[in-house]
Amino acid sequence: MDKKNQIKSVSYAKWGYIFIAPFFITYAVFSLIPLVDTIRNSFYEYYYSGLKVIGPTWVGLQNYISLLSTDLPKYAWNTFVMWILGFIPQIAVALLLAAWFTDTRLKICGKEFFKVVIYLPNLIMASAFAMLFFALFSNAGPVNSILLRLGVVGEAIRFMESTLGARTLVALMNFLMWFGNTTIMLMAAIMGINPSIFEAAQLDGCTHTQMFFKITLPQIRPLLTYTLITSLIGGLQMFDVPQILTGGNGSPDRTTMTLIMFLNKHLQSKNYGMAGALSVMLFIISAILCFLVFKMNMDDDPDGSKGAAKRARKLARKEGKA
Amino acid sequence: MKRKIICLTLALLMGLSLLAGCGGGSSTESGGAGGANTGSAEDGGGSAAGGEEGKIINIYVWNDEWQKKFNANYPEVKETSNDLSITYLNDGTEVHWIINPNQDGVYQQKLDEALTKQASAEADDKIDLFLAEADYILKYIDPEVDVALPIDELGISPEDVPNQYKYTQEAVTTADGKIRALSYQATPGMMVYRRSIANAVLGTDDPATVGAAVADWDKFYETADQMKAAGYYMYSGRADTYRVYSNNVSGPWVQDGNVVVDQNLMNWVNRSMEDIQSGVTHNTPGQWQDEWNKDFGPDSKVFCFFLPAWGLDVCVKPNVDGTSAAEDWAVCPAPQNFYWGGTWLIACRGTDDPEHVKDIMLKMTGDTAILRSLAEKNGEMSNDQPLMEELAQSDQFGIEMLGGQNYLGVLSSAAANISLANVSPYDQGCTEELQDAFGDYFNGKIDMDKAKANFETAIKERYPELAAGEVIWPDA
Amino acid sequence: MPKKKVDARTIIAHIVLIFLSFLCLFFFYILIINATRSHAQLQLGFSALPGSSLITNFMNVINDPAIPILRGVLNSLIVSGCSAAIVTYFSSLTAYGIYAYNFKLNKAAFTFIMMILVMPTQVTALGFLRLITNMGLDDSLVPLILPSIASPAVFYFMHSYMQSSLPKELIEAARIDGSGEFGTFNRIVLPILKPAMAVQAIFTFVGSWNNYFIPALVITSKSKQTLPIMIATLRGADYMNFDMGKIYMMITIAIIPIVIVYLFLSKFIIAGVTLGGVKE
Repeated sequence: MDKKNQIKSVSYAKWGYIFIAPFFITYAVFSLIPLVDTIRNSFYEYYYSGLKVIGPTWVGLQNYISLLSTDLPKYAWNTFVMWILGFIPQIAVALLLAAWFTDTRLKICGKEFFKVVIYLPNLIMASAFAMLFFALFSNAGPVNSILLRLGVVGEAIRFMESTLGARTLVALMNFLMWFGNTTIMLMAAIMGINPSIFEAAQLDGCTHTQMFFKITLPQIRPLLTYTLITSLIGGLQMFDVPQILTGGNGSPDRTTMTLIMFLNKHLQSKNYGMAGALSVMLFIISAILCFLVFKMNMDDDPDGSKGAAKRARKLARKEGKA
Repeated sequence: MKRKIICLTLALLMGLSLLAGCGGGSSTESGGAGGANTGSAEDGGGSAAGGEEGKIINIYVWNDEWQKKFNANYPEVKETSNDLSITYLNDGTEVHWIINPNQDGVYQQKLDEALTKQASAEADDKIDLFLAEADYILKYIDPEVDVALPIDELGISPEDVPNQYKYTQEAVTTADGKIRALSYQATPGMMVYRRSIANAVLGTDDPATVGAAVADWDKFYETADQMKAAGYYMYSGRADTYRVYSNNVSGPWVQDGNVVVDQNLMNWVNRSMEDIQSGVTHNTPGQWQDEWNKDFGPDSKVFCFFLPAWGLDVCVKPNVDGTSAAEDWAVCPAPQNFYWGGTWLIACRGTDDPEHVKDIMLKMTGDTAILRSLAEKNGEMSNDQPLMEELAQSDQFGIEMLGGQNYLGVLSSAAANISLANVSPYDQGCTEELQDAFGDYFNGKIDMDKAKANFETAIKERYPELAAGEVIWPDA
Repeated sequence: MPKKKVDARTIIAHIVLIFLSFLCLFFFYILIINATRSHAQLQLGFSALPGSSLITNFMNVINDPAIPILRGVLNSLIVSGCSAAIVTYFSSLTAYGIYAYNFKLNKAAFTFIMMILVMPTQVTALGFLRLITNMGLDDSLVPLILPSIASPAVFYFMHSYMQSSLPKELIEAARIDGSGEFGTFNRIVLPILKPAMAVQAIFTFVGSWNNYFIPALVITSKSKQTLPIMIATLRGADYMNFDMGKIYMMITIAIIPIVIVYLFLSKFIIAGVTLGGVKE
């Protein structure tokens, strides 16, 4: 190993391939075949009727054309609305908490306790969590009885029967399940920032707000992009929470039906042709969105954040020497 | 040291992944071969009946309900393994229980997967027997896919099980006139009502009089108006009455590739809406929810429910135990006969233990002593008409919750009159989608036309083969 | 100086934290309360007061021969533990390979991983099952663990983390010191990544721990079942044996190990501070 390294840096590229090989081999073995199958199926009429196989018969783009005549845009809109309802509070709260938890100057009693507690909802299985949620917000549940007793409402609110109610509950549950997760991730990101930058800034007399916007945010920018992209993908693939809360029907009037719930309908009916076509479409939509987000966040001066970091570091050294 | 360990693990894992890689390469080929084999499953099976009897019986189930009944009652059972996954029979044969949960369709998923491999599986791995529920049984007994062995090929004729309720055989008789499954239970339904409310409104709680007051739908709704006038609800929600309507349709759901919505179902839609608006129903959105449970409770004003035998234990009892309503119940026939659920045993094509399977099916669904024990110990409504009629007279079944009334008489005559001539493989899907689509209509969120449109969309998603057809609505 | 600043900010922070904690703990509280109630009590609807069936429920779970819960805990630990270890190590390795080296297919590899990241995973589940069966790996824990070597999301996280926290000069410095490439990765890079690895280890562990659908399709024999499959089995029990109290108890039992793992791993996230300080 060492000998080769001494023969000049030319051979380093090889290590890149070696390091990424396990990933690609595993992916090829376990995921590529099903994936290619999915794409191929999208051009066939191929489904099960009971135990009988119908097809596969080549139909070209017929599945895609049929999909365009469905309510796909409506489901995309539903997905978007529920995602944004949950995501905005999620990222805002997570940033705030991560900043607080990592701020050494902010004394929080029982910080460790809070750190554990905010992640707890994520530990409960989604299906079990939904069961609890359902019981709480049912027409005869405790939330309604409290509201009734306080006189806030005249009669029980049928949460799950109105579009706004159902969507809000889905968003609320998503928020509760995932804000702790995001907080931890951002906390780790902030922890990765060199503390001397903060020290330098502190010596310069920066306020909390300034430090947060001028140092923390630019420094964790790659991870913020990550959060945005994974959450976007998570949002596009939103499934289990609305599926369980609405019994898979996206009630009322299919206004909580997400794209993946729609996909699941086709998978349930073992319609591999349509499911394949829908997956490919979802893939294209996701790819475009992620590309846009990625570009937006990364390209306008990719070294901007690093530049800032270097400046701060230099500053820190200077201050240290002075 | 640490580093060495990590390197070693890494090397090991990479080796493993490479090995897996090789496996992957060859597997794709065998995958193709497996796919081709599925077609031959149909002709591969018949020969098994002549061959030698295997030593392992594989039974697919979704929970341990029937397993327990089998272990407790089948005469050949010797002992069970510690974790209950194997039952040993007296002749040394092992019964292997393959239990997969129903949740998210895992049971059917794995059963289907195993069925496609049935022809190529080792004799000891072949499925010998599996269970199926009323909702989806027609998928498995379809003569075209031929995974279910007709009972005559096992050497069982209907005369061997003469006491079974006719509907339990009718339901699984396929177009070629063959019976492909047998059931150990009958699941007729009855009307369960509150004696106190009957007394208050009708002046009596006598099951015969109350039965007469709900003998058909017209009388049922006359009584309902009386209930409402007296400040009570006739029933809990639309899901309660659904089965009573849907079991009495004039034709199957799908005819000539079109979905035909029966007049009786639209009657249910219209009547439910009317009842919601007039307040005859308490309008709970569905069954198995808090609100529905509370409607059984002592403070409820709901008069009646439509339940099968187990409903007494499962739905009524937990909500009234130890309260003033604990013995406030009685049963009478529903306005129309209906049934709820049911489990059948199916011998699998290709079984290597046909003699054992035959014996198990015969004994567990036709042996009066076993069926009596199921009825007495498990509260089962057993699939034996004379036995049930005998037990209908027995004191043992006069239960306290019903003030000493024996419910088996009501159920037995209901079971004798159930007709399943109109079942189709689409029942479960059509039922679920209809209830969902019209749920929003009942809640006042959408109008009738939108509900119909939503139903049509859902049906076409669920059944691609029906996408080309139409949904035909009755005129009224 | 900071004493004066026990101000609005600290107070707001406490109020917000207490409110959020209340929300989170509330659900936990109901879960535990439900585990203390009998099936009949649960059917009566919601209650904030504990029932008296804690021990009964616990004994019911432990003594059910059809639910070998210890075996289930062990299987779940194996699957989740191995997945977490493999995910973090190999994702870091892959990310490092792409982050630290310049090779011809570097950009292409990155783009490819980003593309599979956005592919909806639900579709391939059944194809995956068929593949596993044909490989002869069905009813085994291996297919629940090994595929996690290729986790695009974790890779991306590691890559992003390296961008913000792993200066390339550090790698150069290590090379000048004569460190081998694997050595550099294992001894210098991994410690810096500790907070990120701990985070992803937790997430993977929890995700794997609560995963039901794929394991249920892969596993058949009782001795290999993981906890979520057992819970689903309980939920599918027939009416004579259906017991919500038992199910809630089982869910509660299933949560305890992940809380412990979380507490243990979260130490590493905090440890990141000190390590970060060392790196200059």
